Amino acid sequence: MLTRGSQGHLTPNPEVWIEMNTVVFAETNSEGKFRKSAAELISYAKHIAGTAGGRVVAVTFGASEPGDLSRYGADEIANLTDKELNRFSPEIWAQALSEAAQGEIYILSHSNDGASMAPFLALKRHAALVTGAIAYPSAVSPLRVKRNAFSGKGIVEVVVQREKAVLTLMPNSVGKKESGSQSEITEKSVHLDAPKVRVKSRELAQGKIDVKEANVVVSGGRGLKGPENWGMIEELSELLNGATACSKPVSDMGWRPHSEHVGQTGKTIAPDLYIAIGISGAIQHLAGVNGSKNIVVINSDPDAPFFQAADYGIVGDLFKVVPELIAKLKEYHTQNG
Amino acid sequence: MNVLVCISQVPDTTAKIEFTDGNRAFDTTGISFVINPYDEFGLTRAIWLQEKQGARVTAVTVGDASVEPSLRKALALGADNAIRIDAEPKDSYQVAEELAALVEAGEYDLVVAGKESIDYNGEAVPGFLAAMLDWPFVNGCIQLEIEGREACAQREIDGGREVVSFPLPAVIAGQKGLVEEKDLKIPNMRGIVMARKKPLTVKEPVGAPAEIRAEGFEKPASKSAVTLIDADRLDELIKCLHEEAKVI
Repeated sequence: MLTRGSQGHLTPNPEVWIEMNTVVFAETNSEGKFRKSAAELISYAKHIAGTAGGRVVAVTFGASEPGDLSRYGADEIANLTDKELNRFSPEIWAQALSEAAQGEIYILSHSNDGASMAPFLALKRHAALVTGAIAYPSAVSPLRVKRNAFSGKGIVEVVVQREKAVLTLMPNSVGKKESGSQSEITEKSVHLDAPKVRVKSRELAQGKIDVKEANVVVSGGRGLKGPENWGMIEELSELLNGATACSKPVSDMGWRPHSEHVGQTGKTIAPDLYIAIGISGAIQHLAGVNGSKNIVVINSDPDAPFFQAADYGIVGDLFKVVPELIAKLKEYHTQNG
Repeated sequence: MNVLVCISQVPDTTAKIEFTDGNRAFDTTGISFVINPYDEFGLTRAIWLQEKQGARVTAVTVGDASVEPSLRKALALGADNAIRIDAEPKDSYQVAEELAALVEAGEYDLVVAGKESIDYNGEAVPGFLAAMLDWPFVNGCIQLEIEGREACAQREIDGGREVVSFPLPAVIAGQKGLVEEKDLKIPNMRGIVMARKKPLTVKEPVGAPAEIRAEGFEKPASKSAVTLIDADRLDELIKCLHEEAKVI
């Protein structure tokens, strides 16, 4: 059972320079297109390679256009063609990644799928696991990095006690960055065990942008008064090419699916723009969204605590403000293409 | 059917988080602690398995004596017995190894944990545990039905959800949906009295090592003062979002 014991534990020796090879897991959606996080993860790995040396290998499963990622600095993009990888399985995906490329640091998105497979990968690679990183490492040997804690109410800097690490990065933490080089594209096939969990059916939200990865998130609260009023939230989010979200009471009352709940006991997000409509801004909600780069709050109550955490605030009746904002944005888009 | 419910004791969701000792430790002054909300969904689902399918429910946590109130609450809510593994929890790997040793020494058919805890948000203990035990694992579990030795569940995946099936024993990491918020209960008087008579066993840890060490804490940068925009002048907002924030 406990396969590791003391094996692989770090012996501190600052005199020895170890080249760090990094392996990135580049996630694709059901159509084989890369998720937004893929370019950000490769940029992150390239940044580590810039300080520590070593190769960057991006591993992907059944990507339709693996070359789409070649500008972000990976030395190699290894596309695994095994059909078994079409269906999500944390242990099998971890096995595939582990077989496909060896490295000292593995970097995955802190998405649902990435976070699910990370412990399996860490155990296989005798690596320490750091989840929910929010910044570039401040040191690489040993790896030292800041991560999310207290559901966004705090940040903790951790130091890894092993020679190898698996790290999951919160989406939208550092952004993507193009590099001068081009990646070599390879195709591979690996040995895989049978999954322990059988997938019987799958229901996908077609064409929707994932709330954790979205650049813009438009979120509604109890101020919307009922699920029938969500049309304007959806319209505004579509205009801004964003995703929709909601507060906890809204998901608890069944107005919106639980998967849209952002906040301390829901998803933690960090988009470029978060628009909170009819949400008062309880501490539990703020915890999950305070990493957003820009926050716009629309609320009729001038004393709503959310205004204290906002960049831009509009005090007004959301049923007037939001439709007018939609009209103004359409006008803006027409004028500016 | 023996069900092991892993719970962790965390600051109440309304708690303001502060750090102490030169930002090297979490300041517990004035903090009230609760069962991690994600674990409460799992605990409630396990108690339904007890009520409807005769399961025996054991609640476990890793920690010093200060976490016992949460175990007592689990007993008051209906768990049959509780175990505290007497070790300071340092990281997900260490906690999972302690739990794996307990599971291996017992006869459990199902381990139910929360998808993550709202203090350190590792999202790693249940996955580690399944990997160490070599058991089936369902993360982000939003529905669970068990018949004999077969389980059927729904899980959230990126961009959707899946219906899955798997044999017991297995590890489940639950979240809202496994039961709904309205299904959560607070202990009644009878439950509290009964809990005092139920066994709470303290176990010696196996002494698993931690793999990561917390070096320091900080609070997220606070926002500068809000720019208030008149509701009749939304052009201003669009201008700000374009010119200052550069998001449109």
